Amino acid sequence: MNRVTLAFEKPIKELEDKIDELERMAHGGQIGIDSEITKLRIKADKLREEIFSRLDRWQMVQLARHPQRPYTLDYIKHISPNFIELHGDRLFRDDFAIVAGIGNWCNRRVAIIGQQKGRGTKENILRNFGMPHPEGYRKALRIMRLAEKFNMPLVTLIDTPGAYPGLGAEERGQASAIAENLYAMAELKIPSVAVVIGEGGSGGALALGVSDKVFMLQYSIYSVISPEGCASILWRDATKAQLAAEALRITAPDLHGFGLVDGIIEEPFGGAHNDPLAIAKSVESTVSRALDDLLGLEPENRIDLRIQKFGKMGQWIEK
Amino acid sequence: MAWFKRSQGLPEGPKKNIPDGVWVKCDSCGEILYRKELTRQGDVCPKCRHHFRIPSKAFIELLLDADTVKEFDANLTPSDPLQFKDTAKYADRITKSLAQSGLTDAIRCVSGSLSGHHVQLGVMDFGFMGGSVGAVVGEKLVRAIYRAADNQNALVTISCSGGMRMQEGLFSLMQMAKVSAALVRLSRAKQPYISIMANPTTGGTTASFAMLGDINIAEPRALICFAGPRVIKQTIGQDLPPGFQSSEFLLEKGFLDLIVERTQLKATLANLIGLLKGEPE
Ligand SMILES: [Zn+2]
Repeated sequence: MNRVTLAFEKPIKELEDKIDELERMAHGGQIGIDSEITKLRIKADKLREEIFSRLDRWQMVQLARHPQRPYTLDYIKHISPNFIELHGDRLFRDDFAIVAGIGNWCNRRVAIIGQQKGRGTKENILRNFGMPHPEGYRKALRIMRLAEKFNMPLVTLIDTPGAYPGLGAEERGQASAIAENLYAMAELKIPSVAVVIGEGGSGGALALGVSDKVFMLQYSIYSVISPEGCASILWRDATKAQLAAEALRITAPDLHGFGLVDGIIEEPFGGAHNDPLAIAKSVESTVSRALDDLLGLEPENRIDLRIQKFGKMGQWIEK
Repeated sequence: MAWFKRSQGLPEGPKKNIPDGVWVKCDSCGEILYRKELTRQGDVCPKCRHHFRIPSKAFIELLLDADTVKEFDANLTPSDPLQFKDTAKYADRITKSLAQSGLTDAIRCVSGSLSGHHVQLGVMDFGFMGGSVGAVVGEKLVRAIYRAADNQNALVTISCSGGMRMQEGLFSLMQMAKVSAALVRLSRAKQPYISIMANPTTGGTTASFAMLGDINIAEPRALICFAGPRVIKQTIGQDLPPGFQSSEFLLEKGFLDLIVERTQLKATLANLIGLLKGEPE
């Protein structure tokens, strides 16, 4: 698979292409270019380090939405080989924008639920670009209850542009479905850990995110509204998304700094898509450690701490 | 925390939704109405039953006995944790809204007697930044929920809101989780939560506490939705059928218990609370 190059990665790509070219020449018998290749490699690494050390928020948005970024099923494949996907909300239909099921996570039984984006047009249509309908959230709720019944911790992987805004979604109660999940997650007796792996798009993300511990991948984003949506409302111009991304402070370091998420999971150099296995290992161990800690608490204590944690969120002036 | 002095009544809220003056034209049917008569009818058009948008103060006066009303947390005002700036600074928008609305944020939380039932009541105010939910609204609601749980009171909220306040970024989104989680405590205290939705109730407000009532009530012909008509049109390029996302539509689809006219609201609430709590009126 050819790597997709983001606009800000172009200078790195150009150097890499040059290296490839020289390597071909070296294979072709041309001598004396090995040292040239080494020099260029060092230069490319330096450049990448430089670019990635001062990414702006809009560039992080591009990484969070990278078409080759690992999605929920990629994590499940690497982390939980005995995972069994379970389907349907038992009310309306199965929503492919949410994957839910049970399996092992580091030798512990868990339920895993996450939004699922598609690769390519065909799968994206099937997955609705990772934008769930109410039945998706109701399927998630059904599996949360199942997990609670059989005392399995809950792991959620968050990756959605948002809950789908459409006629069918409204008609079948998108608002109600999200609200019910917020409430249900707050009172789950099992421990819960959420990881924002890509896009945390508003209420559609939060509906899987009222968890004991919430982590964000280094280049994931989490926002009350998409930068484009915010720009079209406040600037009356969707092309001002870059400004909106800055203003909204939607990156992992921003939100960890505000105390709104519990931790950041560092990504492989250049982003999660550069080493899906490595990022899966990091997610696996971070979640596993968090579950270890959480399982040391009594369920009622966990629920209290969860309610308190979200209860503290927000700043105001009180005179 | 401040007691209301009987002689002064509640502090003034926004009035610009209903033009002052002797005569008022109905937004819906165009009928010319006598201002005083309209107010006496709860700001409901006698001809077409259109419910005019009213400020929090008017709802409180409509529902609670004036001499029992006690307001809470009126000393909370918004802060600007993101130092947010779009075409204007959020800090400036706050200053302007505080001055223009006479409110401290988009909700007023009070306790008082509703036909003999002591209740905690949170009423949102569209007059403050479109009734958007930021940290002040979230915190005031949570405190109201805990007061209800601790004092064994029913909780009533009236939503009138354009959704989450994006100038507070993820802080505002988290208010959905914060308030919803607090409702777990109320439920465990076995106290009723009655959610009333006025026009409009949209976005994250609908997708959290507004839809989580033990009883969900709407005023007639209110717009109630997750994604508003404009967002849907932008996304799928489709106009919505007439009446889509109206109270009546939501009742038909099964997301509301009742649609109640404003003039009947107090009596209906009294009856519901009495039944749910097993308290005689
Ligand atoms: Zn009328």
